[in-house]
Amino acid sequence: MSEIEIESRNLDLWYGSAQALKTITMAVPEKKVTAIIGPSGCGKSTFIRCINRMNDLIKDCRVTGELLFEGMDIYGKDTDVVALRKKIGMVFQKPNPFPMSIYDNVAYGPRLHGVTKNEELDRIVEESLKAAALWDEVAGILDRSALGLSGGQQQRLCIARTLAVEPKVVLFDEPCSALDPISTAKIEDLINNLKRDYTIIIVTHTMQQAARVSDFTAFFLLGELIEFGKTKQILEMPERKSTEDYITGRFG
Amino acid sequence: MTASISPATSDKAAKVMLWLSASIAILTLLFILGYIVIKGLSVVNLSFLLDSPRLSGAEGGISPAIMGTLCVVTVALLAAIPIGIGAAIYLTEYAPECAATHIITFGVECLAGVPSIVIGLFGYAFLVIYLGFGFSILSGGLALMFMILPWTVRASEEAIKTVPQALREASLALGATKWQTVSRVVLPSAIPGIMTGVILGVGKAIGETAVIMFTAGSSLLMPTSLFDPVRVLPYHLYILASEGISDRMAYGSSVVLLAMVLVINLAAITIQWHYGRHYVRN
Repeated sequence: MSEIEIESRNLDLWYGSAQALKTITMAVPEKKVTAIIGPSGCGKSTFIRCINRMNDLIKDCRVTGELLFEGMDIYGKDTDVVALRKKIGMVFQKPNPFPMSIYDNVAYGPRLHGVTKNEELDRIVEESLKAAALWDEVAGILDRSALGLSGGQQQRLCIARTLAVEPKVVLFDEPCSALDPISTAKIEDLINNLKRDYTIIIVTHTMQQAARVSDFTAFFLLGELIEFGKTKQILEMPERKSTEDYITGRFG
Repeated sequence: MTASISPATSDKAAKVMLWLSASIAILTLLFILGYIVIKGLSVVNLSFLLDSPRLSGAEGGISPAIMGTLCVVTVALLAAIPIGIGAAIYLTEYAPECAATHIITFGVECLAGVPSIVIGLFGYAFLVIYLGFGFSILSGGLALMFMILPWTVRASEEAIKTVPQALREASLALGATKWQTVSRVVLPSAIPGIMTGVILGVGKAIGETAVIMFTAGSSLLMPTSLFDPVRVLPYHLYILASEGISDRMAYGSSVVLLAMVLVINLAAITIQWHYGRHYVRN
């Protein structure tokens, strides 16, 4: 097993008085794809939104326990959330490009972080779009509005936008749930390529997707981590009864 | 139920009633416009627009009043736009959900309900006398700002609230600070909506009389500085009509005032249309 990138120890999370995560303990290996599966409302999105502190936006959200990124406490008092989010990117459920040109979408992050030279920005935009397998489709129309792209293209643009700030980890929150099967296949191929350079965590509600893209799988149920291990093992020989029930389609 | 009206009949009746309401609304507008244009258009020509008034406005043109209106409204907008947008950003993006925030919002609503004559009196006491700005463009503009601020704040708030949360999340997830997110993503997306609020403000400001007569004065001389008194167009036509100076000139001034409102609205709609096309292309 490779190095550990993100580690969660006894992580609890409450929304007001409702507990959404219960003592989650798991370790996410570096440069692998880790899938988080489970039925709706099991806390899988909540969990990855802890990793880049997106849950900070939610009022009354309280977290206890430890969540470490490269040994640093994500919820520590001195943690620079802006720097953290630069290193841990996120691709959302629904494609959410900015109402700007394709170029400006990708250049948004680098510009925030102080890149001003045009040649430098051009290079980052091209590399990011290539890495997101979108370059060939948009190379000639970079100045067009991103909102004119198809849903699948928009989602790959959002991936390019995330890669442009050179993160170490990319969190995918059900990235294909709003996409057609062909676009989904493209994103899955892309994820398979990206794991050479990035640690990837993907939330999905389909076992098939977990099977196709992930090396490791965590099964969440009602805010608890039921089982975590190699994807092949989780899907073929789950140790726990509830995992098996979910995988065989008895609920969820 | 006995002998009730059949659904088909009531449907027709409703249609007629609604059509009538809409017609009355439109006809009222057309009647007012038509009446004023017919009565006043004959007076309006280039020299009416460019000349200074003679004999208290019974003869000559209305150029100082046009200039006065433009100056006062410009000052009001220059003050109201940044303050209004700033307040709206604070209330929507930064202010915590608490009693104090609700009180501020309530206060803004109340300001919108204060009668303009009261704001005029306050402007007189505070700006003209206490701060010593005298009857001037500055006093008039700032008093007018009090008047249109609630509209600017409220329209900006509404516009900012319609920007999807997903865009804020996208920006923050890329390591943007809150201010970077607001200034680079939220505000540009909200601009068309904010423009609408500003237009409403201008529309209100340009026809305002009560606030201005206590603060900007009623001088018919061409202003040369912010501290000069001016007479705005609505006040000019009020004086022309109420003091029996010249009905003809009053109608002429009305035509010009209406035309100014129309031009400003058209300009604003054009800008809004342009932005709308730029941002929402799907």
